[in-house]
Amino acid sequence: MPTQVNFDSLDGLHTFPRLLFHHAKVRPNAPAMREKYLGIWQTWTWSDVAERVRALACGLASLGFKRGDNLAIVGDNRPHLYMMMSAAQCLGGVPVPLYQDAVAAEMLFVLQDAGVRFAIVEDQEQVDKLLEIKDQLPSLEHIIYDDPRGMRHYNQPFLHDVHELMEMGRIHDRNHSDFLNDEVEKGHFDDVSVMLYTSGTTGKPKGVCQTHAAFIAAAQGGAQVDKLGAEGDILSYLPMAWVGDHLFSFAQSLVCGFTINCPESGETVMTDLREIGPTYYFAPPRVFESLLTSVQIRMEDAGPLKQRLFHHFMAVAKRCGGDILDGKPVSGGDRFQYWLGNLLIYGPLRNVLGMSRIRVAYTAGAAIGPELFSFYRSIGINLKQLYGQTETCAYVCLQPDGQVKSDTVGAPAPGVEIKIADNGEVLVKGAMLLKEYYKRPDATAESINADGYFLTGDAGFLDEDGHLKIIDRAKDVGKLSNGAMFAPNYIENKLKFYPFVKEAVCFGHDRDMVCAFINIDVGAVGNWAERRNIAYSGYTDLAGKAQVLEMIKSCIEEVNAALAHDAMVADSQVHRFLVLHKELDPDDDELTRTRKVRRNFIAEKYKVLIDALYGGKGKQYIETEVKFEDGRRGKVSADLAIIDVKTFPIAKKAA
Amino acid sequence: MSRKIGDVILDLQNISLRFGGVKALTDISFNIREHEVRAIIGPNGAGKSSMLNVINGVYHPQDGKIFYRGVERKKMEPHMAASTGIARTFQNIALFKGMSVLDNIMTGRTLKMKSNMLLQALWLGPAQKEEIAHRRKVEEIIDFLEIQHIRKTPVGRLPYGLQKRVDLGRALAMEPQILLLDEPMAGMNVEEKQDMCRFILDVNDQFGTTIVLIEHDMGVVMDISDRVVVLDYGKKIGDGLPDEVRSSPEVIKAYLGAGH
Repeated sequence: MPTQVNFDSLDGLHTFPRLLFHHAKVRPNAPAMREKYLGIWQTWTWSDVAERVRALACGLASLGFKRGDNLAIVGDNRPHLYMMMSAAQCLGGVPVPLYQDAVAAEMLFVLQDAGVRFAIVEDQEQVDKLLEIKDQLPSLEHIIYDDPRGMRHYNQPFLHDVHELMEMGRIHDRNHSDFLNDEVEKGHFDDVSVMLYTSGTTGKPKGVCQTHAAFIAAAQGGAQVDKLGAEGDILSYLPMAWVGDHLFSFAQSLVCGFTINCPESGETVMTDLREIGPTYYFAPPRVFESLLTSVQIRMEDAGPLKQRLFHHFMAVAKRCGGDILDGKPVSGGDRFQYWLGNLLIYGPLRNVLGMSRIRVAYTAGAAIGPELFSFYRSIGINLKQLYGQTETCAYVCLQPDGQVKSDTVGAPAPGVEIKIADNGEVLVKGAMLLKEYYKRPDATAESINADGYFLTGDAGFLDEDGHLKIIDRAKDVGKLSNGAMFAPNYIENKLKFYPFVKEAVCFGHDRDMVCAFINIDVGAVGNWAERRNIAYSGYTDLAGKAQVLEMIKSCIEEVNAALAHDAMVADSQVHRFLVLHKELDPDDDELTRTRKVRRNFIAEKYKVLIDALYGGKGKQYIETEVKFEDGRRGKVSADLAIIDVKTFPIAKKAA
Repeated sequence: MSRKIGDVILDLQNISLRFGGVKALTDISFNIREHEVRAIIGPNGAGKSSMLNVINGVYHPQDGKIFYRGVERKKMEPHMAASTGIARTFQNIALFKGMSVLDNIMTGRTLKMKSNMLLQALWLGPAQKEEIAHRRKVEEIIDFLEIQHIRKTPVGRLPYGLQKRVDLGRALAMEPQILLLDEPMAGMNVEEKQDMCRFILDVNDQFGTTIVLIEHDMGVVMDISDRVVVLDYGKKIGDGLPDEVRSSPEVIKAYLGAGH
């Protein structure tokens, strides 16, 4: 599809290789990449990187890499792998990063689909994977590896050390000094700059072809919203095959000129984070969650004075921290308290988390709990959410500074148009859209409609401030019998934000009200019960305790109260619930292996319970067969209480 | 494997070791070639650890001769063994529990430090330069053993498998020519064993270190060693390639009992 970007402002810098050589010219001695080697951070300046990219590109060319070839990239975030991305682009080739922890068989499909002739891999482990499937990859001609460790006895002629490739390239470059400049000149912004494969939860993975123009537009838009400049550091630790890393580490770094920092290994990320102190940070919600948990655990071991200080100032932060960050009016007393807290608690805490220098932090990929979100904001970390998918360069919505809400994903980013379809599906249009799915015109046609909008597959709506709120996958959204929209995931997520609720399954499609199955979290509820001297023998027993049911009921009522404020989902308040007598388990096919609920399967398996929920019964006996881990089978039975929950009148139907 | 196995580096001839009236080793002869992985196996109490202790000079055999690189070795102390290039790890980990991984491995460099103690304590001139050079070597070992993430962690807080790895690191820091490993895989799970095997083979392959290994896990021994010597009740009952040893009736008898 045609891309309409204003490239006049870019002085002709409309491909990534041109941007790279531009930085090498205007800021040759500024740091471009860092990597920790033997315990010490090593720095490559922009001119170093440009020289290496040049050598790598010429090396690739002398091996026969041609315009339009695909280059597979497999490995952790390493400077040489990022440089190879640029090298391939210099020659008009397309880098195809793969998930490095995939087993060989999983890589096979992508490598075959992309018809890869060249691959750069990180180390021996990845070389072994490729050798394992090489027989099935007739197109694969050369494998280049970054880390020579353990490679001494590999004497296959098609294996090359990356340094050997650079040497070849330098010789080539000396003999054909105009070659590379000409190749870079031939690059056009509408050329495909990268191919990222979608994870393929539905069917085979598809290669998403993104142009230079699309990623540059997305990177520029993000930089504009957050006023990113050349001064800054980002820690690049998320998989290179993921669109988020490609946007934040690769595209934005080249557009803005800030520094990429590669951690020493996957396990040292937390230490490296503290040492680097990035100014710009990106992590999925679970990373923020585990950081918070580690802080809480360590706080519980601290002395009483420290604990009291911590709790006092965290209360202050909760009260006014977010508002101070958003620049909203706050009373003088609170301001003073917050200033003091910043000195004693928040500052040191940010330092421990490695977030002292952070100007902007983003999270995306899953729903983030409001408590978690506001914790980070309250201690002065500008954590924001964004929304996007591989097909849109992870660039659709961003939360602008000062307008951050925990339950929306922000306003449409510069240059992005959003439309909500009649069925609630979010449609987007803009320069950042994919060019096509690789060799899949059918899929391309399906996902982009006649008006040029991309169908995201997510259902959502725009709130009164024009911020997008994502509620569910479009195909899961149903309707209550009164015609109101019913988005089960949205309600379930809200319930699961309570630590006591492990899993929730909501029903309501074509029904007059919403009812829910709840799984309690044995750890959290068990702890809670112990503190109240409630004795219990196991999950089933604990789940049936009257006090536990009462506690879950109050959680659900809080969710109902929150739902009542939201016109779109106010009808979806939970009217009745029960706590299941067993934990939902992938072994019993109730959850997928990635722990997503299989709603329809559960609805069928526990039909009795659903009938009881909607039939107005107060109790229901159930007996279920379960599979144990060792393959034995057993039965769990219980008399489940069904509980009515208070619902709230809908606050403002007007909107 | 394409390593070149060299000449005999250590030759043990007719070694006998007694503790009072108890015969720990009786008339044992075998040799160790440069760059090979040599395993010593045998049931409990067969004299394997005693054999290692003889090699690195903790025990002094009453009879027999030891030739190291063709020269007969006189009675010697363990620290002399260390300075001639023999390092070992221990069945029961011998590390400083309160010190960090980095410092523990650094202790392995002590013998190689030349500057005097006062300069070291004050971290002056040559001592500083020396320490930086040693630190680099230690960092290479940390990188080699993939323990970057626990560099600064006190050893006492690490799980057993990792402590074993640090113990290996400490021995490697001496840049030994012969590395004695006393049950490096005892008490490990399958994954930790696989890792350890890989590290042992990598050490052997990349640094050319000769490895003498005591191990109970037969699968491991047969997989990674070039030659195996079998002890039972202080006597040698087998010596040769893993396959030869495996099929030797005497070895089978010692391991599985008579009747098999």
